Amino acid sequence: MIIDIKNLYKDYLNGEMVVPVLKDVSFSVDEGEFVSIMGRSGSGKSTLMNIIGCLDRPTSGNYLFNGEDVSAMSDDELSDLRNRGVGFIFQQFNLLPRDTALENVELPLVYANVPAQERKARALEALERVDLADRAEFLPTQLSGGQKQRVAIARAIVNNPSILLADEPTGALDSRSGEQLMELFCDLNRQGMSIVMITHERGVAAYAQRVMMLSDGVLTDTDKESLEGIK
Amino acid sequence: MVRSSGFGENIKLAFRGIFTHKMRSFLTMLGIIIGIAAIIAIVSTIRGTNEQIKQNLIGAGTNSVTVCIKQNDWEYEFDYMSVPDGFYPVSDESMDQIRSLPGVKCAARYLSRKNSASVYCGSVTLDGCGVFGVESDYFNAAGLQLIKGRLFGEHDISSFSKVAVLDRSAAKALFSSDEPIGKTIEIGKEVFLVVGVIDTESSFRPSIESMEDYYTYVGNTSAKVYIPLADWPILFQFDEPESVIVRCKDTDSMTDVGRKTAEILNNALGIGEGKDGKSGESDIRYKADDLLEQAKQIQDLSKSTNSMLIWIAGISLLVGGIGVMNIMLVSVTERTREIGLKKALGAKKRVILGQFLTEAAVLTSVGGILGVAVGIALAYAIQFIAQVPVAISIPAIVVSVLFSTAVGLIFGLLPSIQASRLDPIEALRYE
Repeated sequence: MIIDIKNLYKDYLNGEMVVPVLKDVSFSVDEGEFVSIMGRSGSGKSTLMNIIGCLDRPTSGNYLFNGEDVSAMSDDELSDLRNRGVGFIFQQFNLLPRDTALENVELPLVYANVPAQERKARALEALERVDLADRAEFLPTQLSGGQKQRVAIARAIVNNPSILLADEPTGALDSRSGEQLMELFCDLNRQGMSIVMITHERGVAAYAQRVMMLSDGVLTDTDKESLEGIK
Repeated sequence: MVRSSGFGENIKLAFRGIFTHKMRSFLTMLGIIIGIAAIIAIVSTIRGTNEQIKQNLIGAGTNSVTVCIKQNDWEYEFDYMSVPDGFYPVSDESMDQIRSLPGVKCAARYLSRKNSASVYCGSVTLDGCGVFGVESDYFNAAGLQLIKGRLFGEHDISSFSKVAVLDRSAAKALFSSDEPIGKTIEIGKEVFLVVGVIDTESSFRPSIESMEDYYTYVGNTSAKVYIPLADWPILFQFDEPESVIVRCKDTDSMTDVGRKTAEILNNALGIGEGKDGKSGESDIRYKADDLLEQAKQIQDLSKSTNSMLIWIAGISLLVGGIGVMNIMLVSVTERTREIGLKKALGAKKRVILGQFLTEAAVLTSVGGILGVAVGIALAYAIQFIAQVPVAISIPAIVVSVLFSTAVGLIFGLLPSIQASRLDPIEALRYE
């Protein structure tokens, strides 16, 4: 099991008031799974994503990542875990605008202290996997939205993470690019990559093998069949 | 390569940052450039002046100290004044004492008229020529070089030979291009045979900043005629108390030897260390003409005025540093999203800290290097315009660049810490 969350709570302090965002969330992802989490805005999905991605800590509850207790980890250990264990994909791509596609993909390897030459080779390989090797020297501004998101995916997979975390990956793309992206996700998943994807689009969520619903901080399993018709 | 995410990468990033915002970077550096340029220019000028003063001393080359009678620090001139009460010629015993002082090479007595004597040769008159009555060792003690002919021998002294040695400017004034050796000249109606010509003391060209300097140095460079000390009473008066010139083994011992020589001479006359000299109200005593001491005073003076300038330049660096801090804070805010992303991708706090510190340090170091270049140019411009000598100091350059790097590290610290502490979630949400 890659992700094993049990009875997780997350509260925010709003002035004097304690606002519960996640309530008793239990959730697990097995190796090779592709899971979607659906929810409206304000349902707490971004908070859950941040906690799964080790950017944020839960108020209470257990979180084991690859069997390791995340709550006991120091800041540096969490950084290492994000670097080696998690591949992030954001709605707004978050590519560095002044770096080429290749340099953007190299970035996680820089923080993993991979020597420059090996870095370049591995980044190129990752770009090949998203079919963008011929755009390696392009700047983000010279790429289309779909291409940018594929560069972001190359960056997410370059360090062979245990899991891909995608937060509304199709949110900034037109429907055609979105479909292509989902095909790529499915391809990666078939190659063994575990994926957790947050989305509010049913059609996108339906690509996953398992769909969960987050509503007012409570996570529930959803019958995937009910989505099929919409896809 | 254990630290591939470290230094080289940061330097690359920093230079990219500087080149992306060329105008902003340049304006930020300007304070540093001006500060460092000012420091380099000032230090180069100080060093140049000091170097010249030192070289002038060594250029005079002789390490000679003259000890003469002074009234309130002004040389007592027999041209206009009679011998003061209680002063007698310097005894052989005193001379032996002086010669046995540590650091003394040789010493000689002499008398002089610097302004009032006239020398004739045929129809040529040389007014205001310096006339010196000297012991045979004088030329050696003063470090004067014979160009042609001969100097005075013991025979000239003992037999009161009326012979003269001219310096180059006296020879040129009296004989122009003719051969002076073997010709005669007249000093005060007495005829002297020219036996030798010596080189003029010329390499000593200090900056003249006061009347005192003028008399000290210009007096030294006018034409001079030397006769044996024994002949002095023929022209002037008996029993004039002599001055003494002492040649030291090295420059450093000059001050000490000068002081001790004056002490020996004063003691022989019964003048103590106290304030009053022989004639009550005015202080007349032997004192050393200490070039080294004078040079030190000039050097100290230029040092103290210039150290003030360096403080002012330092303030410019401080202002420059604050400018760097300001622009780094702006840069951190602008790049909040980038920082958040990097943290999400696994950059540790210290990596972010290192990146921004490096950027600040590179910014100020480049400013420092440009400042050194501008400073050197400025120094040479000063040399050209103000005719002040300039010596570029390599240690000053190294220290300046290191200092500008330090300014970047110090003033970059606060923005860098701020960057490293950014919450990645907040930072990624930042628009």
